Amino acid sequence: MDKERSFYERLKEKGVSRRDFMKYCTALTATMGLSAAFVPKVAEVFAAPAQRPPVIWLHFGECTGCSEALLRTQYPYIDELVLEVLSVEYHETIMAAAGHQAEEQLQHAVEKYNGKFICVVEGSVATKYNGGYGKVAGRSFLEIAKEVCPKAAAVIALGTCASYGGIPAAAPNPGGYKGVGDAIGIKTLNIPGCPPNPINLVGTVVNYLLLGKLPDLDESGRPLFAYGKTIHDQCPRRAHFENEEFVEEFGSEEAAMGYCLYKMGCRGPETYNNCPIAKFNDGTSWPVEAGHPCIGCSEPGFWDTMTPFYEEM
Amino acid sequence: MGKRVVVDPITRIEGHLRIEVEVAGGKVVNAWSSGQMFRGIEMILQGRDPRDAQHFVQRSCGVCTYVHAMSSVRAVDNAIGLKIPKNARIIRNLLHGAQYQHDHLVHFYHLHALDWVDIVSALKADPKKTATLADNVGNAQMGGAAYYRQVQQRIQTFVDSGQLGPFANAYWGHPAYKLPPEANLMACAHYIEALRLQARAARMHAIFGGKNPHPQSLVVGGVTSVGDMTPDRIAEFLYITKETQDFVKNVYIPDLLAVASFYKDWGGIGGTTNFLAYGDFPLTDAEPDSLYMPRGVVKKRDLANIGMAYEDKVTESVTRAWYEDGPALHPYKGETKPLQEDPKYRPDSGKYSWIKAPRYDDLSCEVGPLARVLIAYGKGHKDIKPVVDSTLQKLGIPAGALFSTLGRTAARGLETIAIGDAMQGWVMELVENIKGGDTQTYEPYEMPESAMGVGLNDVPRGALGHWIKIEDGKIGNYQYVVPSTWNFGPRDQKGQLGPVEESLIGTPVADAKQPLEVLRTVHSFDPCIACAVHVIDPDSNEVYKFKVV
Repeated sequence: MDKERSFYERLKEKGVSRRDFMKYCTALTATMGLSAAFVPKVAEVFAAPAQRPPVIWLHFGECTGCSEALLRTQYPYIDELVLEVLSVEYHETIMAAAGHQAEEQLQHAVEKYNGKFICVVEGSVATKYNGGYGKVAGRSFLEIAKEVCPKAAAVIALGTCASYGGIPAAAPNPGGYKGVGDAIGIKTLNIPGCPPNPINLVGTVVNYLLLGKLPDLDESGRPLFAYGKTIHDQCPRRAHFENEEFVEEFGSEEAAMGYCLYKMGCRGPETYNNCPIAKFNDGTSWPVEAGHPCIGCSEPGFWDTMTPFYEEM
Repeated sequence: MGKRVVVDPITRIEGHLRIEVEVAGGKVVNAWSSGQMFRGIEMILQGRDPRDAQHFVQRSCGVCTYVHAMSSVRAVDNAIGLKIPKNARIIRNLLHGAQYQHDHLVHFYHLHALDWVDIVSALKADPKKTATLADNVGNAQMGGAAYYRQVQQRIQTFVDSGQLGPFANAYWGHPAYKLPPEANLMACAHYIEALRLQARAARMHAIFGGKNPHPQSLVVGGVTSVGDMTPDRIAEFLYITKETQDFVKNVYIPDLLAVASFYKDWGGIGGTTNFLAYGDFPLTDAEPDSLYMPRGVVKKRDLANIGMAYEDKVTESVTRAWYEDGPALHPYKGETKPLQEDPKYRPDSGKYSWIKAPRYDDLSCEVGPLARVLIAYGKGHKDIKPVVDSTLQKLGIPAGALFSTLGRTAARGLETIAIGDAMQGWVMELVENIKGGDTQTYEPYEMPESAMGVGLNDVPRGALGHWIKIEDGKIGNYQYVVPSTWNFGPRDQKGQLGPVEESLIGTPVADAKQPLEVLRTVHSFDPCIACAVHVIDPDSNEVYKFKVV
């Protein structure tokens, strides 16, 4: 407790309230899933980081939407995250270096921080044809994943592709794409969603800091506090469902009145995520609020199991 | 034979791109552009519900989010023969305009700036002089010596930590960096400001689209966000678009001009020959006549004779791409099969990319901001022509300098002025429409058993077309030809280079080990490679023979 108290005191001295700190955690995605050896260092990392925790971010079969989602965090802003909180050693979308200098940086970081870095994986891994459908610097995603991921303190699969294969793995899955855990046979902490809500990472971090352990995961590797309930159970339109007040056509009077989208194909009853509570983009909205049914994007295999999207379940 | 230089990965882009150049006598004499990833989204679409396509194709890219969903629903609207309600048209345009504002800002500061701005040099700047410089060139709200001192201190602390993170191992100190330390510091400060602004700007998508990236309020027939057509939501949207536009005009554009003034030689480097724009932002139901950004084709840089663009003149060639050989075909008839093997990279005479080679009237065409601005400029567009003329005048360069890396980067900023300003008018049009009692956002329809449709748009990175063939009420064929396919495609069956390949020839390279100059031109196209690669196998059903390993 002493440690915790002094940590918050120090934060306070820096003009950061406890509440601000909770917000601050929003963008601390990469501190999730730290190894046990890392625990005592966490408070120091926040208050006066002698060394910022190193992060290696790998892009595989992806659309960069997960990185983009992270860029939208406002507590803290991404510049604070990159300059003051984490040390993002390799991230193709933002790094200044290119070509062999970039690859040199990756090798250097993996060696220097062997066993200590957080590996965030975005995108799935092509496994057919020797991994030939996806390459960086002449090496397949598969080869890179096999080399880098086992050396990490923890591997965080960010987004549905990295977690479960996602869209490139939808039938007929031409490249044999798989989630990174499946592709190379490791356990990952999964933060699915297409894109994932970065706020789902906050809770993981807060849980870790306050309770000193990783959050409990469901059988799909997702933190239960964020993915423990269905969209349906948390939906503000739930009362309309109970009252059997349904939208049966877009643009209808019922749609304007915000009735339940179940009959329009809403996958909320089968989808575990906290979108109705957390919402997106600083709490601005979420798909059902925008009048569109949930498509179930945080469920494994949703591109095949949840389609056709506009047919009632 | 010159020295071969490979840059792989090209960073600060979306996707996996490899660029190879041959350098002789300090200049690029040959170039190859190669997409390094294949997911096969079009193959995945086969046999699915046409209404679902938008969700799949939107996942082509999380950077150019929204745009594929939009073109997809427009293709299906078109196949059905639907006219969407006015409110839906305006909301689609507003979401698209928001994407322009967001995307172009992020490109300039976060994906492109470090090709021109040396962060390390910023540490040598005098904060007072930086404040004066910033006051002279721009009209930013943030500034002053104390502000720049703090930014500089922040960078210094970061550097002193020894953990350079994403800024490690770059080309700092490269002789091609020309900005004085003060300009570098100013640009670094605005890099950080823009990082924050983009997070706020993305909220525009959340207002009418539920979230960003990957907004989710479009449907075939219109939009679903009827509950967001309220005064508070509309006012919030207007506020954010104005805040963003304030930054565009008072920070982005002044920075662009300040940086450009040190790199005028890049007005003679990196140009291409032919340009295509489908145009965008329909202001009525009449397309292409009412498009705010006009449709057209420029051949051989002739701005005096801008032709109309017709989608039936588009073909794609796969001779040099990793697909089974076949003739160049229109997207409705595309017959492409990815090689079922670990593809071999053979730039000299064989296949070397997952990106196909689209051609318009057999011509390799550049698409994107420069194409749009040239076509609008040539047509005397009321909002584009004045900003282009005044920019040329300020920089003291001729109109011919537009055909360049500098022109491409400038065009991106200039069109943001026009489109961002126009958006405010569209918001007011929405308000007036609602005031008049029209709240319709959706047009009901019956899905036809068989039909064909096309959705043409011009999105931040350029001309985007989605083609759908509906058979038995399902997707019989789906093909999209996207901006980065146009720009980053390989050679075609005639050996004609893709636009980026063409643009790189003649680029000076001071140090082959640090090909900074190559990055400048490549980044000026704002590559999006995940979008560029996606292929279909339309008629053979070959896809279903694949076995999952």
